[in-house]
Amino acid sequence: MEAWTIDAVRGAVAAGSTTATSVAEEHYTRIAKTDGPHGKDIHSFLALTRERALAQAARIDAMAAKGEPLPPLAGVPIGIKDVLATQGAPSTAGSLILKGYTPPYDATVVKKLEAAGAVILGKLNCDEFAMGSSNENSAYGPVRNPRALDRVPGGSSGGSAAAVAANFAVATLGTDTGGSIRQPAAFCGVVGLLPTYGRVSRYGLIAFASSLDRVGPFTRTVRDTATMLQVLAGEDPLDATSADIPVADYLTDLDKPVTGLRVGVPEEYFGEGLDPEIRTAIETVIAGLEKDGCTVTKVSLPHTRHAIPTYYVIATAEASSNLSRFDGVRFGLRAPESNTLSSMFRKTRDEGFGAEVKRRILLGTYALSAGYYDAYYAKAQQVRTLLTRDFLNAFQSCDILVAPMTPTPPFKIGEKSDDPVAMYLADIYSVAASLAGICGISVPCGETKSGLPIGVQLMGRHFDEATLLRVAQAVEKAQKPTA
Amino acid sequence: MSEVASVTIEDVRRVAELANLELAAEEEPRMKRDLNAILVHFAQLSEVDTTGVPAMAQVADILGGLIDENGAELRPDDIRPSVDRTAVMHSAPETDGRFFKVPKVIER
Repeated sequence: MEAWTIDAVRGAVAAGSTTATSVAEEHYTRIAKTDGPHGKDIHSFLALTRERALAQAARIDAMAAKGEPLPPLAGVPIGIKDVLATQGAPSTAGSLILKGYTPPYDATVVKKLEAAGAVILGKLNCDEFAMGSSNENSAYGPVRNPRALDRVPGGSSGGSAAAVAANFAVATLGTDTGGSIRQPAAFCGVVGLLPTYGRVSRYGLIAFASSLDRVGPFTRTVRDTATMLQVLAGEDPLDATSADIPVADYLTDLDKPVTGLRVGVPEEYFGEGLDPEIRTAIETVIAGLEKDGCTVTKVSLPHTRHAIPTYYVIATAEASSNLSRFDGVRFGLRAPESNTLSSMFRKTRDEGFGAEVKRRILLGTYALSAGYYDAYYAKAQQVRTLLTRDFLNAFQSCDILVAPMTPTPPFKIGEKSDDPVAMYLADIYSVAASLAGICGISVPCGETKSGLPIGVQLMGRHFDEATLLRVAQAVEKAQKPTA
Repeated sequence: MSEVASVTIEDVRRVAELANLELAAEEEPRMKRDLNAILVHFAQLSEVDTTGVPAMAQVADILGGLIDENGAELRPDDIRPSVDRTAVMHSAPETDGRFFKVPKVIER
């Protein structure tokens, strides 16, 4: 089984040793074999966009045949999380309320990938409206972890992480609101990047929590992530929250030595509840960076323990507002046989939303309701300032922070699905970076004795993905000392 | 929030109504249990001293002009093509081609 990288696909297509069509077919064959929705299959894809993929592959092959220069993602098979709009292809957000919905436009990130030559294979399973940490909240059934089929792939971008880990795609897009790219990347043993808030356009993303939602890539190597970000980053006139800040060159300095960089180790991320095997793996990464010439210091992010309640108040409040657009009027499901508009809204939303989505809408509505707004929502917004100041202070004396990505290895399917509080607490290491808007990445750093993947979390300054990726590259290199 | 809110079934129904959700009778006790468990956890926010701390709605609020200075100008007020009406109406559950059709608004 060939595990392609972006450069390998593009190089081979350019050299004529394979075609984009053949690479796409190779991936579709693998998907057909082991990605079905039932039994012990992985179930990462919800829909395949075969016609669109093969038309794009044929375009790339025609360019290659004429000897034209190929764009950076030429012929690269890519999967898209189902919360991102794809014109004419299903975009369900993992929800029954959008079953059969095909948007009339493409998300900006999807357009950018295709303009860069990517072959869009299909749409990837996820927790309903990206709400979940295990992919068990998909209305279309859970995703299995390719590295251990009885375990969760993480969430909410579980399909995006699993598809890359299982070689169903060379790269995928996910979204991260409180850890939904980085945590599944750690659970599936792949690279997952959370770009800075504002770095990548969200036009065409089905919104969950607008002050937190971000789009980012999954790949098998740090270099591929850098290549993806180079294509995805930049201001978009269609997204008012995208930042008008120049995009760095993420590839040129990727292999530059990390000597002299200041690495901070936040003590709050190594407390009670951290799996000992994960702790050891992260300490090995830190020792490796020190050996590479980084200076390592302990830092404190004192408000870390308040990050989970802060996150869940803000995210559910925003979700309760964002999800009011799903009402059966303009798209998606409409419950039949309602005599009035009001009962049509209610019945549609009752039938269309799953339990976790309802729980979060109720929580958010409660936190915003009269008498509770100041105690919950306004308070959480203030604590968010304190959490963000923690990071800004730490970045006065450090260039990068290193921490575990998850407190435990991937858990078993069903293990936490009946206990929302336990599920929320599993996000302990991911939500603070989400609230602060900084960039972050999960890089594979070994496995447990029983063979489960471990990811290390790196966090960088706002809009400093270049340094983040450079350190990630050093961490990856240390994992493969002979390469 | 000094006292931890204890959500009743009536509260669940009231919030569901505010949120335009219709919960089945068997969903209500489960939601009540879950909301209470989560709100107990939320209550720890009251321990944090936030006197004089400004609220942060999103990250541009705190970056000291990094985003504001760069994105301060309004975009030009140009007419641009929108998504085609036929394509939009294609997704609608019920339409006459120009408008979305819905059940009557006023209950009698």
